[in-house]
Amino acid sequence: MNPEEGPTRRGFFGNLFVAWAIFLAGVHFAGAGAVRFLFPNVLFEPPLSFKAGVPSAYAEGVDESFKSSHAVWLVRTLSDPLSDRTGIEGMYALSTTCTHLGCIPNWQSADVKFKCPCHGSGFRMSGMNFEGPAPRPLERFRIVRADDGQILVDKNQKYQWEKNQWTSAEAYLPV
Amino acid sequence: MGLKEKIADTQIWRSIFRHGYPSTPRNRALAALSNVFLHLHPVKARKSGIKLSFTWCMGGITFFLFLLETITGVLLMFYYRPTIEYAYNDVIAMREHVPFGIMRELHRWGAHMMVLAVWLHMLRVFLTGSYKPPREFNWNVGVILLLLTLLLSFTGYLLPWDQLAIWAITVGSNMARAHPLIGHEGPGASLLAVGDVNLVTPASDIRFGLLAGRFVGAGALLRFYVLHCVAFPLVASLLMAVHFWRVRKDGGISGPM
Repeated sequence: MNPEEGPTRRGFFGNLFVAWAIFLAGVHFAGAGAVRFLFPNVLFEPPLSFKAGVPSAYAEGVDESFKSSHAVWLVRTLSDPLSDRTGIEGMYALSTTCTHLGCIPNWQSADVKFKCPCHGSGFRMSGMNFEGPAPRPLERFRIVRADDGQILVDKNQKYQWEKNQWTSAEAYLPV
Repeated sequence: MGLKEKIADTQIWRSIFRHGYPSTPRNRALAALSNVFLHLHPVKARKSGIKLSFTWCMGGITFFLFLLETITGVLLMFYYRPTIEYAYNDVIAMREHVPFGIMRELHRWGAHMMVLAVWLHMLRVFLTGSYKPPREFNWNVGVILLLLTLLLSFTGYLLPWDQLAIWAITVGSNMARAHPLIGHEGPGASLLAVGDVNLVTPASDIRFGLLAGRFVGAGALLRFYVLHCVAFPLVASLLMAVHFWRVRKDGGISGPM
């Protein structure tokens, strides 16, 4: 092309196309970066798995030691028919999140039930819902023995009764 | 030449107002058209358009309440710190330790009234058929403004950081779990995966983006504060300018075309 003739029509549109492509790519790259910016790499939240001492430290019933720090109740029971462990003494880790809308129920030892203050859902010690609007039982978490003999609760793995998951090997820790 | 004429003849005056006294139809039109605020409004209003029984003035009241919320909100920002250490105590202090402790109540009640007024405005527009062509675009702008009002109300709900606030936002944001594709309990959440690694988890879904955490905590408070004080009012202001301008362009307030 002779420079004195100026750009050709085809050359102009070619350049225009490249310019728009670069501009739009830049906008989308910046937009994707802005969205990614909203998701931090480090969370300052309690870890999802934690050690909870040895089973012999727990008496039969509901233990609330890890409620405020890890949102978990550790329950020791002589028998757990709901997970097919009738007559097998052991422990399970119950989620403290109400299955209705996510509030935190209170353990009422006198009535032997968990009672949610938000909308009145009630759960048995097993986690089974029996009153109020909650549509399903509380969830259980993976509970195993760590190498050092301590209880290890792992909230990455949850077990739901309505999906028949409470019978899983690591949903219940025989003691 | 009287004093009025002398002032109107100065360069300062004439640099601001580029028209004569609004005593002629032409100058009246120029007064509206050459003013950035007034040009959003129609030059002339129909008699029916300003009848209270016809419009309920609900759009105007909503705008008035938005201005009230902006002014009281900016004043509250001088005292409020959006961190879990300070937020609740600062809200109490606004009432107990600051002159005109009613300022926060003004902001709160104004917010309730704004939600009410914006719904009634929508009802009125529906009842008078003012959503019909050529106003259908402005109806859509109005729907987005309604959503923004509700989002402003929702984000402001968290800021006192009391039990009601935390659990209301917990319940409200749990709905985002069920969002299709990008909520970790929603339909199709497992479709977005690379090999065995699921990309939509409690720590990466849309709810997490809203709360900056797996539960309502310090990150959520700060995020809601920024959305409440900056992002949503900014977008609402832009859309309100479009909304008012389109009222004029689409044939004035309500009334038959």
